[in-house]
Amino acid sequence: MITALAIMALGAVVLGAALGYASIRFKVEGDPLVEKIEAILPQTQCGQCGYPGCKPYAAAISAGEADINLCPPGGMDGVRKLADLLGREVKALEAEEKPKQVAIIDEATCIGCTLCIQACPVDAIVGAAKQMHTIIEPLCTGCELCIKPCPVECIHMLPITENLDNWKWKYPVIEIKRAA
Amino acid sequence: MTHYLFIIVGAVFVNNVVLVKILGLCPFMGVSKKLETAFGMGAATTFVLTVATGASYIIDHYLLMPFGLEYLRTLSFIVTIAAIVQLTEMVIQKTSPVLHQVLGIYLPLITTNCAVLGVPLLNVANKHDFVESLLFGAGSAIGFSLVLVIFAGIRERVEGADVPTHFQGTAIAMVTAGLMSLAFMGFAGLDRYQ
Amino acid sequence: MLAQLFGFKGGVKPQTNKAPSVQLPIGQAPLPSCLFVPLHQNIGGAPNPLVVVGEHVLKGQLIGGADGWVSAAVHAPTSGTVLAIEEHVAAHPSGLPTLSVVIEPDGRDQWIPRTALDHRSLAPERVREILRDAGVVGLGGAAFPSHAKLTPARAVPMQDLVINGAECEPFMTCDDLLMRERAEEIVRGIAIFRDLLGAKRVLIGIEDNKPEAISAMNKAVLRLAEDYAVVAVPTRYPAGGAKQLIRVLTGKEVPASKRSTELGVQCFNVATVYTAYRALAHGEPVISRIVTLTGNIEQPRNWEVRLGTPMRELIALGRPKADTDRYLMGGPMMGFEIPDLAAPVVKATNCLIAGSPALFPASPPEMPCIRCGACAEVCPHELQPFELYWFSRARNFGKTQEYHIFDCIECGCCSYVCPSHIPLVQYFRFAKSEIWSREREKQAADAAKARFELRNAREEREQAEKAERLAKAAAARGSERKPAPASAAVLPPTVEPVQPVAAAESAEAVSPSDPDTVRKATIVAAMERARAQREAVKPRNTEQLTVEQKNEIAAIEARRAALKPEPAAAQGGRADSATSQERPGE
Repeated sequence: MITALAIMALGAVVLGAALGYASIRFKVEGDPLVEKIEAILPQTQCGQCGYPGCKPYAAAISAGEADINLCPPGGMDGVRKLADLLGREVKALEAEEKPKQVAIIDEATCIGCTLCIQACPVDAIVGAAKQMHTIIEPLCTGCELCIKPCPVECIHMLPITENLDNWKWKYPVIEIKRAA
Repeated sequence: MTHYLFIIVGAVFVNNVVLVKILGLCPFMGVSKKLETAFGMGAATTFVLTVATGASYIIDHYLLMPFGLEYLRTLSFIVTIAAIVQLTEMVIQKTSPVLHQVLGIYLPLITTNCAVLGVPLLNVANKHDFVESLLFGAGSAIGFSLVLVIFAGIRERVEGADVPTHFQGTAIAMVTAGLMSLAFMGFAGLDRYQ
Repeated sequence: MLAQLFGFKGGVKPQTNKAPSVQLPIGQAPLPSCLFVPLHQNIGGAPNPLVVVGEHVLKGQLIGGADGWVSAAVHAPTSGTVLAIEEHVAAHPSGLPTLSVVIEPDGRDQWIPRTALDHRSLAPERVREILRDAGVVGLGGAAFPSHAKLTPARAVPMQDLVINGAECEPFMTCDDLLMRERAEEIVRGIAIFRDLLGAKRVLIGIEDNKPEAISAMNKAVLRLAEDYAVVAVPTRYPAGGAKQLIRVLTGKEVPASKRSTELGVQCFNVATVYTAYRALAHGEPVISRIVTLTGNIEQPRNWEVRLGTPMRELIALGRPKADTDRYLMGGPMMGFEIPDLAAPVVKATNCLIAGSPALFPASPPEMPCIRCGACAEVCPHELQPFELYWFSRARNFGKTQEYHIFDCIECGCCSYVCPSHIPLVQYFRFAKSEIWSREREKQAADAAKARFELRNAREEREQAEKAERLAKAAAARGSERKPAPASAAVLPPTVEPVQPVAAAESAEAVSPSDPDTVRKATIVAAMERARAQREAVKPRNTEQLTVEQKNEIAAIEARRAALKPEPAAAQGGRADSATSQERPGE
């Protein structure tokens, strides 16, 4: 009995010492996983996940604090990719999936308060104090962060319409009528 | 020498650790969605299993047996394997980040791989000597990798197939695994010359 | 001409159906009632409109300037008045609109002053510029700006110039007729391209089912004493694909990752060569093209059509038969169904086919892939269409790229031979456009991330600067004030460093709040103004009321005001607070 205990204790001490030494000797800085997760996130910086930007959310996922289904702009597609990367189960998105949108400023109503400029995380709004503001559409990520601060409610979201530049060939569908 | 060959062939095909002995099913189902990851997992397991069989043989023969502590085998093997895996991971992460990229995330998974514990225990049960233990470990690991890679290849194709909704995902993977297992049963008797 | 021919793998031999449309010579299509000239008719940058509504334009006048190097100009196809610059349905499978210049012809068809130039007396850069500003693009169907293809690679000397007159698509005969009737101009045009590229050898590839075109081209080459080789290539679809023709004539295989110039070879369509010649030697920009009008119509024929002519008016010239149920632009193999006949003829419109159920019977329903490999046998790029199909269908786009989906030229051979009638090319187009769109999204996300990080860095810097400024200002104030207590000589010197800090704190506490209140007041005022504005605009339906109705409304309002002025005000206040609460909580 005592030999058994002694031997197990010896083993524990030896292995523990080896692991402890290795953890100091072979310490590695940085977490490459965060970057991989961040590359999947859509970079709208909208904060709809409850974190102030895409990077903090990525860090939270990596640390296991956040679920992978909190990013509405990424959509189900994003959830699937995250599940793939992290080996977790695919979950339904927390919020509703919306079509891609851009913000539009009603230029007649805008009073030039610059509040939306301060709110925009990607500097997609141009304007100066007491001058009309406008949104640079190609840069707008559709995060909706500018809507709340506007005191005169002159910003609204418009879904991106299909045009020749973003038109896609559709998935071929079999016509049931013909097959029947 | 043919005796060693039989051990290897037997471990790889006839008594395949996954499909015949039904060990290590967790990584077999979990890490077989992609061919690349299956390769990574296979390589990591091969390395760890070979080292683990060697280490557990040494512990068994020079520590446990002289003191008559054979009943502590399972416990001490688990501890040894876990320590080896951890140590390997740390060393790889520091010395070769590239290799760690390939194997890194699979190494901790191997700690809980029952095939890694099962093979040293089988070694003891079959009274293998040191070389035989190593060969049996390596053979089992190769068999594991082989099956894992084949299975991942099949699953990649199954993903594109029209699988009925209720069979999608793990269900069809189980069916596939069953069929593969049946196929591997065909190797039975290959080592009868022994 | 003796030339060794190299084959290409795969290919099919569909029924050519070319005979009906070569009976008549090229006809001049009459002036349409109205022209819709899309500004974006090329691959690359969209030209900017250079005319205004109501302006009178002359035939050949520049109406859209090239935007960047890979872009080509657009010109007025006839003289007339610009009615509008608006979105008009495009010649595109989607039927979506594109910015177009609408011109009403004045019937005079009056040219701009044209100057004939000799390319040999001009610098090569100048010639390329002229071609760009004349709107010369690949007329084989891709509409890639030609001048951008005319720069030889520095490292590789240009060996071969391949002129593509193969025209392998069934039904299509526009290049055939062009070579028969205007061979001399084509041959003269080839000299421009040859001199620009410095090509050692010129090979004109024509499918051997066009003997008239071959002999016409041979005669023209002889007459002009050029050393071009007119080569009859075996008739097999898609011999007219640029990569296939290059391979057949020179034996060189152009990989997807490289441009053909890097292998010392370049390929142009005969119609492109022709327009380049007209642009230089006659000063005529690309304002028309030859279009094959064929299929289920009474009079199949090739027409020289002004760009921007609505397809409906062109098709009427051929008198479509009663059972025509659809129209295709391009050939039956690679073309697409036109969703709206209001779409105009553009530079890429080489052929219009009227289809009927008899001519193009509905394809049988799609059956499962049996992996027979027929598609792989006919694929001219030696791809594995059945694998591409498997992964495209499962939306596994990474795998499709591993199987080189971007080498696919969408020639349609695989769909043509598929015994299961799978529309393979549609799956490949779907996969390709999905991959492109993902690529665009990825780029947008990266750009957004970069902008977000820059902004964060800037904010941090500004904050640091502000803190520094405040500290400095406080320090300055502190040193100003210092003499006063010192002269009073009451406070011990240890207090001195404390004072500036306090001053800074008070300054920080007061100074932002002052402008803050002012700003808040202006914002509140502006909000009130905006609300008043909105409310003033809202009741639209009361504008056209009769006097009695207005009186009635006024009476009701008066009664309402007299009855409960208090609750109304309260209600308004509540509504206000509700909206202001709602906004932050949203």
